[in-house]
Amino acid sequence: MKTVRQLSIFAENKVGKIETLTKVFADNKINILAFNITSMGDFGVIKFVLDKPEEASKLLKKDGHAVSVKDILAIEMNDRPGGMYEVAKILGQNSVNIENAYVLVPKARDKALLLVEVTKINEALKALEGKI
Amino acid sequence: MFWDPKIEKLSREKLEKLQLERLKKTLQYVFSRSPFYKKRFTEKKFRPSMVKSLDGLARVPFTYIDDLRKNYPYGLLAVDKSETVRLHTSSGTTGKPKAIFFTRDDIGRGADLIARCLVMTGVTKKDVLQNMMSYGLFTGGLVMHYGAEKVGALVIPAGIGNTDRQLMLMQDFGTTSIHITPSYALYIADVFEKKGLDPRKELKLKRAYMGAEPHSEETRRKIESAFGIDVYNSYGLSEMNGPGVAFECQYKDGMHLWEDHFIMEIIDPVTGRQLPPGQEGELVLTTLCRVGMPILRYRTKDITRIITAPCRCGRTHRRIARITGRSDDMFIIKGVNIFPQQIERVLMGIKGVARNYLIQLESYDELIVKVEIQKRSFDGSVDHMAGLKAEIEGKLRAELLVRPKIELHEPGSLPVSEGKAKRVIDNRKL
Ligand SMILES: [Zn+2]
Repeated sequence: MKTVRQLSIFAENKVGKIETLTKVFADNKINILAFNITSMGDFGVIKFVLDKPEEASKLLKKDGHAVSVKDILAIEMNDRPGGMYEVAKILGQNSVNIENAYVLVPKARDKALLLVEVTKINEALKALEGKI
Repeated sequence: MFWDPKIEKLSREKLEKLQLERLKKTLQYVFSRSPFYKKRFTEKKFRPSMVKSLDGLARVPFTYIDDLRKNYPYGLLAVDKSETVRLHTSSGTTGKPKAIFFTRDDIGRGADLIARCLVMTGVTKKDVLQNMMSYGLFTGGLVMHYGAEKVGALVIPAGIGNTDRQLMLMQDFGTTSIHITPSYALYIADVFEKKGLDPRKELKLKRAYMGAEPHSEETRRKIESAFGIDVYNSYGLSEMNGPGVAFECQYKDGMHLWEDHFIMEIIDPVTGRQLPPGQEGELVLTTLCRVGMPILRYRTKDITRIITAPCRCGRTHRRIARITGRSDDMFIIKGVNIFPQQIERVLMGIKGVARNYLIQLESYDELIVKVEIQKRSFDGSVDHMAGLKAEIEGKLRAELLVRPKIELHEPGSLPVSEGKAKRVIDNRKL
């Protein structure tokens, strides 16, 4: 079971904010591997998985953004049906809540990764060990 | 510690006797010397001889802010212009400023009151006081400066703004005390945070005197913990000398108002009637020692109350509570009277809220409160942010009895001013 680092950034204006953030990434040659926006109407949280998460976090914090970094699950998507169900079932049985899930766009020939943000990452890893 | 223990601990009986003596003298003095008061007394059919006790003060006509404006510049002057040595002005939002004149002795007395204030909070000649208030026409700069010099402290007349230089002065000269507005103190704390420096380690600061702007107890605590210092509340207004009218002692529980120099009353701002001690209302001040420009029963528009209980420090001069608002600042939403400070008090008590906020009034029933989230406490969770928003809304609603619309903003996105922070934007066209 793999994990990846995810950056969450608070945004009061989503459109302008994405432009600002992605410019920082472009200027510093940081690649965006996946991203996701959760909107709550007048504010939202933008999440990124990047190839250089630590560097990106440092740069954004320096610019005054509210940034939070956490590890999330990166689960290889198998071709067989029911893969996501299996993950959700195991996590549920171990009372780990899924807060958010999105997909990491694969490079050619690699398998797609399902990114799952959970409440208790260590419990999740333990529960899924050897099963997925 | 005491600067003038004899007067600061004078028994109430003797203090009131002194007040009456000085009041009678002042009434006679302005009646014969101030063109404004001669006219006002005559119009109101008031004679100085009508005041035989301190209760008689209630018969003296009020002086309003407008009286100072309308009689600008010399109308309230009680001495020949050649006797005055300094002019300060206090600007209003509209029209002419208020001109305040000082004779040489007035300046000496003002400095003496500041000296009492500084010494009672531990300042000695070994201290370094950085005066971070405007040195212009505003009294906050010079009046404090003269008082601190009188105590013998080293005074750094830094003025306001140029934050990098302020920090350099504080570090290079080991500043122990600062005189500052709360919004500027918060701004400096932010600057330290942005630089990744801890002011508690970088500075030798022991205390701050905060005045010129209303602020809440929570703001005081925030500044105290950010700098690791004691913050003392200071009350003053240009019309009454500037800073030094009332000041906190080491117990930080209300400000001792120097009753040998001023008589205070608390009145109902609508009826003008005196309120019983302890009740909240508008502070009215009468100068007892001013020579250049005495002012009687001045309507300060500041809302406070008198703390009648004796203070543990032994001073007999009664205290006033923190100013809870200006009768001007109050706004009405859905028929409810609201002071901006009520909102600040609630916001500063909520974890996850940063120091900047803005109150926006859009219509008779729409109150928008814009709040910056705190960078440190952002954990990436949308749910927590939604919870914070709900908590702010709930707590404000409980305090104000009006449901505000809450907007969460990014850290550092709301305007900060280095001087007086403007927190209320009124877009209503009523
Ligand atoms: Zn005291």
